[in-house]
Amino acid sequence: MTGLQKVLGIGRMPWVFLLPNLLAVLFFSLLPVAINVFYSVTGSDRLYPSERPFIGSVNYETLFDCTNYLDASTCSSDLFWRALGNSLVFVPIQVICMIGVALLAAVCLNREIRGRGSFRAVFFFPVMLSPVVVALTWQWILQRNGALNGILTWLGLSPVNWLVFPNTAFFWSVFVTVWAHMGFYTIILLAGLQSIPRDVYEAAKMDSATNWRVFTRITLPLLKPVLLVVFVLCVIRSVQTFDELYVLTGGGPGSATMLIVQYIYEVGFAVQPRNFGLAAAASLLLGVVLLIFTGLQLRLSRNSQHG
Amino acid sequence: MKRTRIGLWAASTLLAATALTGIAQAQELTVFCDDIGFGCLTMDPVVKRYESENPGVKVKLETVPYQSLVESLPVQLESGEGPDAAIITDLGGLSRYYLDLTPYVNAANFEKEYSQTLQWLRGSNPTSKAINGMPTTLTVNGAYVNLTLFEQAGVAVPKEGATWAEWAEATRKVAKATNTEYAMEMDRSGHRFASLAISYGAELVDDQGKPVIDKGLKDAVEQFVAWHKDGTMPMDLWGAVGGATHRELFSDFLNAKTVLYFGGSWTLSQMDKEVADLFDWQVAPAPCGPSSCTVMPGGGALVGFKHTKQPEAVGKLIDYIARSKNNAEIVSAAVEIPAAKSLIENGVTYPGASQRTQQSLSTFIAQIPKMAPAAYRFQGWRYQRAMMNALTTRISQVLNDELEVDAALDRVKQDVELAIKAAGQ
Repeated sequence: MTGLQKVLGIGRMPWVFLLPNLLAVLFFSLLPVAINVFYSVTGSDRLYPSERPFIGSVNYETLFDCTNYLDASTCSSDLFWRALGNSLVFVPIQVICMIGVALLAAVCLNREIRGRGSFRAVFFFPVMLSPVVVALTWQWILQRNGALNGILTWLGLSPVNWLVFPNTAFFWSVFVTVWAHMGFYTIILLAGLQSIPRDVYEAAKMDSATNWRVFTRITLPLLKPVLLVVFVLCVIRSVQTFDELYVLTGGGPGSATMLIVQYIYEVGFAVQPRNFGLAAAASLLLGVVLLIFTGLQLRLSRNSQHG
Repeated sequence: MKRTRIGLWAASTLLAATALTGIAQAQELTVFCDDIGFGCLTMDPVVKRYESENPGVKVKLETVPYQSLVESLPVQLESGEGPDAAIITDLGGLSRYYLDLTPYVNAANFEKEYSQTLQWLRGSNPTSKAINGMPTTLTVNGAYVNLTLFEQAGVAVPKEGATWAEWAEATRKVAKATNTEYAMEMDRSGHRFASLAISYGAELVDDQGKPVIDKGLKDAVEQFVAWHKDGTMPMDLWGAVGGATHRELFSDFLNAKTVLYFGGSWTLSQMDKEVADLFDWQVAPAPCGPSSCTVMPGGGALVGFKHTKQPEAVGKLIDYIARSKNNAEIVSAAVEIPAAKSLIENGVTYPGASQRTQQSLSTFIAQIPKMAPAAYRFQGWRYQRAMMNALTTRISQVLNDELEVDAALDRVKQDVELAIKAAGQ
């Protein structure tokens, strides 16, 4: 290393240490993005780059060919806009529910309750399940002759065809994804709660502060950095939602639960002939949306550090 | 000196081992198949016999889910990867990946046995004379009817030649009288819907390979939607699911929750095993529409792929499986309709199947001569799957009030044209 340092000079040495990581980023992140850009401006259902003719912005024009962007039915790629619209509704609802429920669970599990370890394990179990198993399990529960309707019938109530109506199907889509992943965020939030010094709470207790006041004035502010991490992870995961819903509803009823990743998958892989170019263009647009989210997160993070 | 000798010995051993491994690999074939009907399970005894007659050849039958054969295999093939051979059902859509088996098989025998279905495998090139694979079995879609429910309701079972509307009327009466959940159900599959559409006069594709949206298709969609709106059919299958997702609820028929189930011949062995004599059932002759009394043909084929490094070995294996005796043995175990002409003419015995199942097979086979030309044309069309996916997606949207029927039909045409354009660029 000393020899290398003599040749390169001390100023260039950090680049030597960064080189392995830089190469990894180049090959596993930047190169796929470049390939994606290439596919989005080429046509044909062939995979090999040499067999894909350049078609310029045709795929983007297909996606953006709309008379009224607020009405998906006026768009040439109506399903893309429906999926994008669904994602824009699904992501905020799911993130708010996920963080709310995970925080509630973490606060409960942070208390001295009997069987706390078992409860923590129970909350974490769904995280270990494959998304397909989660979806199939809930399908058995929610389908017409499923377990939930069995219970309703046993109670003398009318069964409900949960996955047939757009609103209930959307509700269960959010519910199932929150159920499946909240354990992960609960554990992170629990670790954050446990890092808050006890003496702060003791001081609040001496001042006779109410539980709500303790939560809003002590717990939440001190948990803010962890909450921010959870928020970012949650948003990324939410935008990526695919597997559970693909198995549970297939994007239905109609296109009520079709999210943007399912649209990309169907166009690129499920529907034949495969339109890799259109799928690549749609995924790049999704990348742009994610970049906007990341920018917002960076700004929030900066404000939080300064504030 | 000693070190050099050890080095030489090690190098030669390594070379020999590499060479031997190479030979062993050269004789190993991987075949993808699923475990339903003519698949890995039923082929296994014949393949074992082939291995014993051809020492040094190892055939690895890899059981994969049907969904993987439909969705993952084409992507593998496109990237030049995948098995040496596979049993596939998208006969025309994958045609550009097939190996021409002509030099390795008894070509005359293949032409004689499979003249009709070989053409489906030539998909994108109608002038081709290549032998691209061995059609394994024919499938026929059709309706299963619960006769016990008809009897309980005191309703006469519609006779051969009855229309879809008459079947709907009769099954509704039965469902009402017996408190059965639904009158009719149909797999969420463009292939199954095509039966209804063609019997209503839909052409789906013309002689030039262009999609056709006509009055027949519109009538069929409107009728289909009406059956969902009035509760004749459940929303679970076509209404609750979106996109190109395939869904079947044959379990509803197995559990007597529907009077009629429109599925296909491939579930016969399941009926035989799971229902047996729990209730009386039969396969109904193809319901008629205003245009014809047709169902859709279908089937699988054992094909070799161009990228294989052992084309001759692949060809010989397929040729062996295609021999009448071996083919009959597998078809018999699979309880399916043979694709080979001689087996259709001479008949196949199904020793493990019940009398009712054998009768049902006969009913399915009897539908083959009645199939409309449009059904064969659609089945062999390269863009068949694009249209089937568009049909399932758009009909589901109509059922959920996202689209009107006319708009949905425009979308179907647009979806297929986009697919054709994308593939042709």
